[in-house]
Amino acid sequence: MEDIIISTLQRTMVAGTPLLLATTGEIICERSGILNLGVEGVMALGAVTAFIVTMTTGSPWLGVLAALAAGMVISVIHAFTSVTLQANQVVSGLALTMLGLGLAGMVGKPYVGKPLTIKMEDITIPILSDIPYIGKAFFSQSPFFFMAIALALISWFFLQRTRLGIQIRSTGENPRATETQGVNVFLIRYVSVIIGGGFSALAGAHLSISYSKSWIEGMTAGRGWIAIALTIFALWNPGRAIWAAFLFGGIFVAQYLMQPLGISPNFLAMLPYIATLLILVLISLKDPRKLNAPAMLATPYKRGER
Amino acid sequence: MIRLSFTDRYKITRVRTLMTNIFSLAAGLAVISIIFLIAGVNPLFAITEIFQGSFGSIYGFKETITKAIPLILIGAGLTLAFRAKFWNIGAEGQLLMGAIFSTWTGLAFGNTLPSFVIIPLMFAAGFLGGALWGIIPAILKIKYAINEVISTLMLNYICAHILTMLIVGPWKGASRFGFPGTDNLPDAAILSVIPGSRIHYVTLILAIACAAVLTIIIYRTRFGYEARVVGENPDAGKYAGINFFKTTLILMAISGGLAGLAGVGEVAGIHHYLSYPASVSSGYGFTAIIVAWLAKLNPLYAVVSGIFFAGILVGGDAIQISLGLPAATVEIVNGTLLIFLIMGDYFLHNRLSITFSHT
Repeated sequence: MEDIIISTLQRTMVAGTPLLLATTGEIICERSGILNLGVEGVMALGAVTAFIVTMTTGSPWLGVLAALAAGMVISVIHAFTSVTLQANQVVSGLALTMLGLGLAGMVGKPYVGKPLTIKMEDITIPILSDIPYIGKAFFSQSPFFFMAIALALISWFFLQRTRLGIQIRSTGENPRATETQGVNVFLIRYVSVIIGGGFSALAGAHLSISYSKSWIEGMTAGRGWIAIALTIFALWNPGRAIWAAFLFGGIFVAQYLMQPLGISPNFLAMLPYIATLLILVLISLKDPRKLNAPAMLATPYKRGER
Repeated sequence: MIRLSFTDRYKITRVRTLMTNIFSLAAGLAVISIIFLIAGVNPLFAITEIFQGSFGSIYGFKETITKAIPLILIGAGLTLAFRAKFWNIGAEGQLLMGAIFSTWTGLAFGNTLPSFVIIPLMFAAGFLGGALWGIIPAILKIKYAINEVISTLMLNYICAHILTMLIVGPWKGASRFGFPGTDNLPDAAILSVIPGSRIHYVTLILAIACAAVLTIIIYRTRFGYEARVVGENPDAGKYAGINFFKTTLILMAISGGLAGLAGVGEVAGIHHYLSYPASVSSGYGFTAIIVAWLAKLNPLYAVVSGIFFAGILVGGDAIQISLGLPAATVEIVNGTLLIFLIMGDYFLHNRLSITFSHT
């Protein structure tokens, strides 16, 4: 029994890690008022980039950096269309997803099915990892797990307490007023979209070099879209994103736990998607004013217009 | 010094729209060429090969028309939803639900009813399936304020798993020797094709008719007007007493229903049985989004843009074989073209002026 609890917790943390990374990124982006539906595509591109660079250089950390860079570069496209050209953000994000998935599939084709032999060493925190039941799950994990938690906490502090963070949030609420304060709204939105893209790519890197240690087309399996839903579930707050992401990690793991019970595996595979819808219904029962969505989310801002 | 500045363009003519579209597609192809170059493929050869493969031969053209059928149906339906700013990304699931409903109808009644009864019945069932799957996100959006992009996408995954569950479980056909998939539809439930091709012409005629009727609905009826107001000026719509719930429900029933019809065509016209989701639809629900966008949200134009993008799908298959490129190449082409189309919109609505001055 102890084994089951430990392994369930451990796998929950692993499954929640990419969701947390991508959700944190999307929160920063949406806080600035830009909806980025490109997460799924950027995640796939991050996964393939990390995999190839890790395999060819032998260094997982170079892989992580390369994925980060790739995610940031491709996100510039979305920033350009939605900020500079004031285009429709839904369509632009979808285009980014198509492009990202396509590029990942093309670049990664020769690597499909090849196992990655280079391992990223787990980080084990002494003493704490010896706590019964939860020690191993929380304090002996891949570096991505700690990175995800740290980035979420830093992002929370950054958005709540720092000058730049407040500028990002007020850009999402009222870009005109923010601009009159002398803030470069365009620049803020560009930076937010690019940071968000970098985080999504990190989520992809986790999938390919830590979680499954291989690359195959479609391995992101809708996690990017779930991250967009989790952004709403977390009420655009990176602190809440932590437990939202791991709750969902738990739902991913529940599939495997329930398989021996004789339930159809296809039914179990539906669970994360059904849970996403159910949770959004629950959220909507809240007072919409308390939802705290950025007021100008997905609304293009045009300079000099009243 | 050269200064670039943009001012609003108030008059947008049809010719200008067409020219902008053509220019955007050309610019997109230029960028795709660069991607091909990096991938080590001669871009001129690859792009010629794409259009040669889809429009340059009789066989290719027949395949292009075959693949245009679902794209026209779904694309036309999406123009209505997108006009109301309802971002239906779930056409893929709606198509599959249409396929599920019509397969059941065909298997249950195909042996007892004559063709001229069972075929319309299957189309009706397919429309119903797609419509039901389409109104779920409409209800979720109006009653629970749930973003339709998320809900339609989640419903895609859910529907794909339902379909798989059926074909590996209760619907698994005895004639498949243990492999997933239903039995073949009875002969009466199979759509006839133009000899020597895979063009199931009944669905093709239906698709063009639907696009025409939808154009009339959008531009000539009160409902079409209301749908546009819901998208363009919701505040005015509320003031004018438009019932948002009813309007959204109807437009998503139509949008989803048309995707369901596409599902009927794929099952009854192409595969003749229900198999895995990925073989029932090769991403038509997503490609149709670009079809609708290139058509400038006019259902009738979706016929033309549907054929164009069907050509890219068929040409994409051709270069996969001849140049050894992966299947994902088509997604790169689609994504890039869509990005350039939305960039083009900016130049359609804003006038670029270049002024020279000495400083």
